[in-house]
Amino acid sequence: MQILKPATAGTLESSDLMVTLEPGNGGIELSLTSSVMNQYGRQIKKTVLETLERLEVKDAKVTVVDKGALDCTIKARVECAVFRANDASAENIPWGGVIV
Amino acid sequence: MKNAVGRDIPDYLLTNGKEVYQGKNYMDGKYIQKAAPKTRRYEKPQESKIVATIADALRQCGCKDGCTFSFHHHLRNGDYVANMVIKAAVEELGIKDITVAATSLGSAHDVIADYIEKGIVVGIQTSGIRDRIGDVVSAGKLKTPAIIRSHGGRPRAIEAGEVHIDIAVVAAPTSDCVGNCRGIGGKHNCGSLGYAMTDAKYADHVIVVTDDLVDFPNYPASVEAIDVDAVVVVDCIGDPKKIASAAARISQNPRDLMMAENVAKVIASTPYFKEGFSFQTGVGGPSLAANLFLEKYMDERGIKMGWAIGGICGPMVELLKKGKVGKVIDVQDFDLESVNSINQTPNHFEMSASQYANPANKGAFVNKLDFVVLAALEIDTGFNVNVLTGSDGVLRGAPGGHPDTAAGSKCCIIVTPLTRGRMATVCEHVVTVTTPGDCVDVLVTDYGIAVNPLRPDLIECLDNAGIPHVTIEELKDKAYSLVGRPDDLQWEDKVVAILEARDGTILDVVRKIKPYTVDED
Repeated sequence: MQILKPATAGTLESSDLMVTLEPGNGGIELSLTSSVMNQYGRQIKKTVLETLERLEVKDAKVTVVDKGALDCTIKARVECAVFRANDASAENIPWGGVIV
Repeated sequence: MKNAVGRDIPDYLLTNGKEVYQGKNYMDGKYIQKAAPKTRRYEKPQESKIVATIADALRQCGCKDGCTFSFHHHLRNGDYVANMVIKAAVEELGIKDITVAATSLGSAHDVIADYIEKGIVVGIQTSGIRDRIGDVVSAGKLKTPAIIRSHGGRPRAIEAGEVHIDIAVVAAPTSDCVGNCRGIGGKHNCGSLGYAMTDAKYADHVIVVTDDLVDFPNYPASVEAIDVDAVVVVDCIGDPKKIASAAARISQNPRDLMMAENVAKVIASTPYFKEGFSFQTGVGGPSLAANLFLEKYMDERGIKMGWAIGGICGPMVELLKKGKVGKVIDVQDFDLESVNSINQTPNHFEMSASQYANPANKGAFVNKLDFVVLAALEIDTGFNVNVLTGSDGVLRGAPGGHPDTAAGSKCCIIVTPLTRGRMATVCEHVVTVTTPGDCVDVLVTDYGIAVNPLRPDLIECLDNAGIPHVTIEELKDKAYSLVGRPDDLQWEDKVVAILEARDGTILDVVRKIKPYTVDED
């Protein structure tokens, strides 16, 4: 999917994260901060990148501010931000397809 | 050298007879030579010991470079006195190379972090280390490793001469003109002055700082005039609103209440739960709520609590007033209800830190405890508990009386949720061992109860009472299945803090944390 416009999903509440997507410069550019950085930073990065790959997002500037969210939350917030950035979040979301 | 809880202690720290932790009761039966202070004679009668300023009092007490100051933390996050004294020493007397030996340090003492960064404060000895002081020490900015002790370990170290206090400062809610101090009767009361008592007896010099000068004699005194060199009257010793910052209210959180109920069930299943039993709780949500459920079981069985100790708060005072506990012995007060009760409510008494928890005296109160209910930041599959470092490795807690009560009591129950946000509370290895696993008996979480295999007798009690329990490994696996297995923290070699076991051996060290990167090596 293409990132057509800036979009965000999530909050800065504890156990949540805020994902911001913007059109990129020809690749994925990830900026990550987390309250559990030292223990889970790499896992969060992996989950974010895998989710983008699953949605075939190849060109985006991604900002993640994590407050200790679980993996399922991270996936959901990234998916939501992608669909919003693609103007595709209103209808026909592929439940059971690429959105597991 | 590896110690009894598997921690690698650098050999260069093992000098002057310092040993690594060998297990519970290792020092039992040994003799110590107590270190007496060198104190000044005031033979000529003095009408008053009042001096105009803190700086004057410091000069009178011979304050010089390399001075070790002692402070006590009864005013908690509302304390103004430690900062006032350090500021006067540094800014007015130009003192350098200061060691701050406080019973605990908190957010009120951020100014000390500035002096650490400037290299003026070079040593920290404390129980609690958090906020900015925790950050700068964790960043390796303190010249010498901080020494962290429990509330019982501190009086032990003072009596053994391992900490020599040049000047002890007492923040006194009331004092008379010669230094008889009490924690009550003033404008900004803190109740018990238990932590100041040992310090005042073993310091070369004692300065009392008060904001409420009362008539002589201020009696019964917690710190006595016979140990006091000077009295300084200031406008305000602390912010009363923050004195009771550990808002000790009974939790309404259903998860906390469920865990608290299970704690009470475990207690009621043991043979120690009988007429006259003794008890201590921490002031964390579920620990405190255990009081409530315990009362129900006491009523059902028609038994009363003999005595309770500790940091005291409202719910325990209520039990005392209802006649459901015989005596409350108090080293520190956590809320205004307990502050207003000590030495007022019949059978609510004060005690010193040494009486409370010192493992090297001839029998502290903790040694007679039946039950203690405590919280944990982390607990590992060896039942070792961490209450000092965050799971990011930064200093942000306090052993307090945790290791002392755990070691002394017949049944030590840790109550904690299985996870906090993404952090697994039950884990494979705690970041820092503050209470060794051989002192911890039962773990109660929101996902189940585990009993230390060292206590088959307690396992039998739970089985007989039909209380389900699992192994601690199962709880750890459950936690990791929810939040994922955390990466190991990356450390540099530099030791920033030494954690002493209560008996003075080295239980663990905290090293400087390595900057983290999400990129694979």
